[in-house]
Amino acid sequence: MYEFFFVLIPEYMPFLLQGALVTVQISVLSMICAISLGLLVALGRLSNLRVLRAVLAAYVEIWRNVPLIVQLLVIYFSLPQLGISLPGFWAGVLGLSLNVGAYLSEVFRAAILSVEGGQKDAGLSIGMSRVMIYRRVILPQALRIAVPTIGGYFIALLKDSALVSYIAVNELLRHGTIVISNTFKSMEIYLMVAMVYFIISFISARIVAHVERSLTPAYLRVAQAQA
Amino acid sequence: MSNALSPLPISASPKRKPEEGMDPMSSNKSARLSIVSEKPQQSVAPNPAEPLLTVRGLQKRFGSHEVIKNIDLEVSPGSVTFLIGPSGGGKSTVLRCMNFLETPSAGEITFAGERLCHTEKGRLHRASDAVLRRARAQMPMVFQHFNLFAHRTALENVIEGPILVLGRPREQAVADGRELLRRVGLLERADAYPAQLSGGQKQRVAIARAVAMEPRLILFDEPTSALDPELVAGVLDTIRSLADENRTMVVVSHEMAFARRLADRVHFVADGVIAESGSPDEIFDAPKNERLKQFIRSILH
Repeated sequence: MYEFFFVLIPEYMPFLLQGALVTVQISVLSMICAISLGLLVALGRLSNLRVLRAVLAAYVEIWRNVPLIVQLLVIYFSLPQLGISLPGFWAGVLGLSLNVGAYLSEVFRAAILSVEGGQKDAGLSIGMSRVMIYRRVILPQALRIAVPTIGGYFIALLKDSALVSYIAVNELLRHGTIVISNTFKSMEIYLMVAMVYFIISFISARIVAHVERSLTPAYLRVAQAQA
Repeated sequence: MSNALSPLPISASPKRKPEEGMDPMSSNKSARLSIVSEKPQQSVAPNPAEPLLTVRGLQKRFGSHEVIKNIDLEVSPGSVTFLIGPSGGGKSTVLRCMNFLETPSAGEITFAGERLCHTEKGRLHRASDAVLRRARAQMPMVFQHFNLFAHRTALENVIEGPILVLGRPREQAVADGRELLRRVGLLERADAYPAQLSGGQKQRVAIARAVAMEPRLILFDEPTSALDPELVAGVLDTIRSLADENRTMVVVSHEMAFARRLADRVHFVADGVIAESGSPDEIFDAPKNERLKQFIRSILH
């Protein structure tokens, strides 16, 4: 106990926190890419272009049905064979973005479809174009509907990013294993890694909840108050 | 028979005569005229005999299901046309084909001198999206389920079209929009969101949103069918005050007393065709078609 708190933590925590910084960076970057990708894929799947719809549907199905760790390994070890050599960090960002993007596209699609229908007809019936209707009517509502789910996916991504330690990204878990290979204190170090993940994740969840509240627009607050 | 057909308070008085006090829109005539007079009502059709909207040989299939078999109708400027008939007979689909919310399977539709679609050698040719959008902006629709933009206040719902589609300056759109809300009796609710409005209030906002387009024709798709009974009268009053302004309207409705009082022409739509057309008196007092007789008997119960 004494050793854990007064020797191991002061000695190795700074190194673990360096890894934690990379965990946060890779998660935030991947999330930004995944949101953009997911929204574009959702819009593409709702378009009139049949080929595009089929290609995007295939992407979503494939990425949702292969384990994330396998996707990361394929990207990290296969792309160099095609002459594309990505450093571990960027391979990780690519892998996580493609994976979460596939899930988020379904979130966006559902949110958009929940607004479509009547309000789209109403927009059309006063002469608005499809682009206008999406920009002014559907997306402002759909994006807000999607916010809580996106927040949930971000928390999940923070934790799933531990998998990129397998492709040599020096993030939190990998820094932990490096320390363990030097000290053989696996129980204590893994415990420290777990504590750091918990703290990052817990704080992020609070931030997400706050963002969610501040993004809830007046029209939804009245609807909720009356429900 | 006419009494039996008129269970609503809008029954006995002669057609198209505004009733003072009952009508939220007639309370301030000068203000109403100020908006109306800006509208090119007279120039709607250069030749008043020429129909504003013509539908010829309209057909609509959903898969193998033929909802509209063959429909011809004309809407002359300043007239009120009612489509009545049994549910599933195709009335709403006719309406939705007029503004291309549904693309017809075949037929020809001409609106304000512009051909929106025609059929040649069995193929439907539709006008460009730009032409269709322009036509839609001049014949907005009022829906059964209101379809207000949920994230916009009542006023924002009304000014969206004028600003975005008609390119009106915002201040003018707001001023006109507030005046329209006042006329439908909802000025004090201008900043309320749809979720805060009753069904009847929502529908009156939706009507204001349609009128704000300064349309040549307004389409009503069962505007009172989704309302609680006590809210129906307010919406009907609003629609009637539009008829009092000689606006051109096509109304799909189950409110027979209302149709009788307001309509210039009634079309009975059943099984995808217009089974009988005529003046309200002809349709309700002297129906010839068997289905129509049966329909009128059934609604008298």
